[in-house]
Amino acid sequence: MIFCQQKNTKSCVNKGVNMTRYIGNTNEDREQMLREIGYENISSLFKSVPDSVLLRKKLDIPEALSEMELVKSIKSTSKENKNTDEYVCFLGAGAYDHYTPSPIDQLILRQEFYTSYTPYQPEISQGTLQAIFEYQTMISELTGLPVSNASMYDGASALAEAALMSCETTKRKEVLIASTVHPESRQVLYTYAKYRNITVKELAYENGQVSLDDLKSKINKDTAAVIVQNPNFFGIIEDVELISEIAHENKSLLTVSADPISLSILKSPGEMGADIAVGEGQSLGNPLNFGGPYLGFMAVTEKLMRKMPGRVVGQTTDKDGRRGFVLTLQTREQHIRRERATSNICTNQALNALQATMYLTFMGKEGLREVAEQCLNKSHYTYNELIKTGKFRPLFTAPFFKEFVVISEEPVSLLNEKLLKNNIIGGYKIEKDYPHLKNGYLIAVTEKRTREEIDTFVRKAGE
Amino acid sequence: MQLIFEISKKGRKAYSLPKCDVPEAPVDSLIDSKFLRKESPDLPEVSELDAVRHFTRMSQRNHGVNSGFYPLGSCTMKYNPKVNEAVARFDGFTKIHPYQEEETVQGALKLMYELDGMLSEITGMDQFTLQPAAGAQGELVGLMIIKDYHLNRKDEKRTKIIVPDSAHGTNPASAALAGFDVVEVKSNEKGLVDMESLKSLMGDDIAGFMLTNPNTLGLFDENILQISEMVHEAGGLMYYDGANANAILGISRPGDMGFDIVHLNLHKTFSTPHGGGGPGAGPVGVKKHLSEFLPVPVVSKMGDKYYLDYDRPLSIGKVKSAYGNFGVLVRAYAYILSMGPEGLREVAENAVLNANYIQNKLKDKYFLPIDTECMHECVFSGIWQKEKNGVTTLDIAKRLLDFGFHPPTIYFPLIVEEAMMIEPTECETKETLDEFISVMRQIAEEAENNPELVKSAPHTTVISRLDEATAARKPILRYTK
Repeated sequence: MIFCQQKNTKSCVNKGVNMTRYIGNTNEDREQMLREIGYENISSLFKSVPDSVLLRKKLDIPEALSEMELVKSIKSTSKENKNTDEYVCFLGAGAYDHYTPSPIDQLILRQEFYTSYTPYQPEISQGTLQAIFEYQTMISELTGLPVSNASMYDGASALAEAALMSCETTKRKEVLIASTVHPESRQVLYTYAKYRNITVKELAYENGQVSLDDLKSKINKDTAAVIVQNPNFFGIIEDVELISEIAHENKSLLTVSADPISLSILKSPGEMGADIAVGEGQSLGNPLNFGGPYLGFMAVTEKLMRKMPGRVVGQTTDKDGRRGFVLTLQTREQHIRRERATSNICTNQALNALQATMYLTFMGKEGLREVAEQCLNKSHYTYNELIKTGKFRPLFTAPFFKEFVVISEEPVSLLNEKLLKNNIIGGYKIEKDYPHLKNGYLIAVTEKRTREEIDTFVRKAGE
Repeated sequence: MQLIFEISKKGRKAYSLPKCDVPEAPVDSLIDSKFLRKESPDLPEVSELDAVRHFTRMSQRNHGVNSGFYPLGSCTMKYNPKVNEAVARFDGFTKIHPYQEEETVQGALKLMYELDGMLSEITGMDQFTLQPAAGAQGELVGLMIIKDYHLNRKDEKRTKIIVPDSAHGTNPASAALAGFDVVEVKSNEKGLVDMESLKSLMGDDIAGFMLTNPNTLGLFDENILQISEMVHEAGGLMYYDGANANAILGISRPGDMGFDIVHLNLHKTFSTPHGGGGPGAGPVGVKKHLSEFLPVPVVSKMGDKYYLDYDRPLSIGKVKSAYGNFGVLVRAYAYILSMGPEGLREVAENAVLNANYIQNKLKDKYFLPIDTECMHECVFSGIWQKEKNGVTTLDIAKRLLDFGFHPPTIYFPLIVEEAMMIEPTECETKETLDEFISVMRQIAEEAENNPELVKSAPHTTVISRLDEATAARKPILRYTK
């Protein structure tokens, strides 16, 4: 059998030292190990691989780089991107440039957290397990719902899973989703729903909020779920309590997708009657990272606990009565239920959830509220100043939180091009997703923006 | 140790924010009070030092790859190179917004484009999507592609996905989530797909076959080409679960084995940290005839400009916001560039050597159900210890904790009683393997001579065995005052 370039060699590596620093055995070790277990060469360990599928060439990928070369090359690639430190960011639309306290980036590098895997052995995983238990508690506090899972891939897939759970629970096959929900979340929902023969219908909006008339006309005995986002994609606060009444009268489940930062001042989904709360957790101490990794959160009512997808951590005691934490309610999960599981989800976004837990700890009760209030005040200031320029006109009058839509006089692409020249990353071109909102401009203002930055933005945008 | 909520005290804080420098208005003057909450969420109030110590202490109650040997089968707990953390933290990666204009993120798009190319070459596929957030989501994407491929050909009867009885639980769960019926194919006495049973399942209702190769017993299916041929002849597609791809890097490629779709776990094979259970990344590669079904967007290149291509009418759609777990992709990209073609091949060779070394050195003490060369992992059974001494695989795993080792994956694959699945990875030295082997041998002896010692393990951890039954029966899922 030949699967090395060099015929009959013991291995492809004939040098005295290892090809890479990430491999433990020396060539001598290998020879000794082979001898001890009775093999002549490494090829003989691969004899179950038929000749016909052996790769007879060297992989056509770049030759190995040393650490120095690697860092240099990747650094230069990273510099081809314009980052939010060098450019002032007014872009949001679901991913936000919030401040993260500095201890977090050091603590997250504790190897015991980031180099471990799913806490299958609780005795040596109490760190991860307790962190998730604290995370679940904080998500439960924010959402006003008693049961949180350990986190999911992102806000969009958490929302899709909420829809599937609603269908499974109600044994109904139709989902109503507000057209004011993030376009990508809706797209992900459509994908997940299509393969389960679930019908998705969108609800129209009026003045930037879900149209209650449209909801009343579309809801029926097949409606498993009503899904809204609050604040919605336009940044506007929905009247969730009215929506909740209509949904529950029809015995449908209500899912609210929420911005976790807003939950320090806005009424929680639970308090407003939601059965399921989901959302994108990036804002909680996770970097923008070009869209990922982020985390999706999910919390549900007591009643839905055993229908919920994803990992869950519970508190218990050891044989000496000491408190400890374990993965629990596992009978819902794929490794036990296989095709009858509540979801195929296997892990969570543990490290991102830990980062969120740290963020909520460092910011704390007062800090989160202060962040939310600064977002609120700064976005309203920006809105008022932009309108004053005369180049932007208001679109909706409903209340908003940290993001808002205005109509720009000039096309958004040109406007953003101009801003970029002034070291500003402008807002989101909402026309991409809502073609009738011509020149619609979605602007996010977080606590990080200073008055000076806002004034420059307004001045340049208004020129 | 205390929970963060238990050390919280009103008035302490661990943050500082600049003073609000725009005119401030009362919250209820901007938002109707009917939308406002009466009481702030009860989050911790601690000092910065309190918080730092809390998370540091918590971390000390965890075992990571840096702490010690972690032979968790099927999870490929290899070393997570530190330089990858450094490059993934460049501002040009962490501080870019997913919706920035394409011309401002050319570096990120280039990296993704090149990673697609390298993964395609490594697996013998034509194109990858980097969108799936994890292996399980990759599986889901692959199955959705299978479904749309058949439907697009107006071949509507294909409702079944075949999965071996040795498969990971995610395989059947993903198939169900994609709306398929799951049919199980038996393994033969050699631990491989039973060709006769597979043949009997073939028909015009078969949509595809999901296979991990090497499989969860650590065995390469020598009939792989006949399997692919049989499934293709019946009109089905071949899906490669890349959980065990570490064994074949540079040795053999799924694309050359007849697979149409592949998912890889970058957090296993390509060294990105597992993070205590995520984030991972589960890119999916396909052969040309399936490219048009990949999720939107894909990264494409025109001239020397990279762009996000959304104009793909046959795409299955999106499964995740944005483009994937980009930060994870950067680490995997750095890993591949650090290894090069020879390095990757050396990975497979050493991973397989290490597993065979352990297998050989333990097979007189533990029952080896299938005694043949393994690939990157070996699977033992604890039935000798259970039948003779009443010591279970769980007990053995717990006893390993006393020696500072993370135990193997246990009770999986399901087709092996009292299974212990050991995957050492290529990173470990002979010395580490020898130490592990000697401890495993010692535990086998203890099971005979002092079974109580094993059954009551662990003895040295911060807590002992936990009451999992009560945790599930009376769930306490959050802290309450």
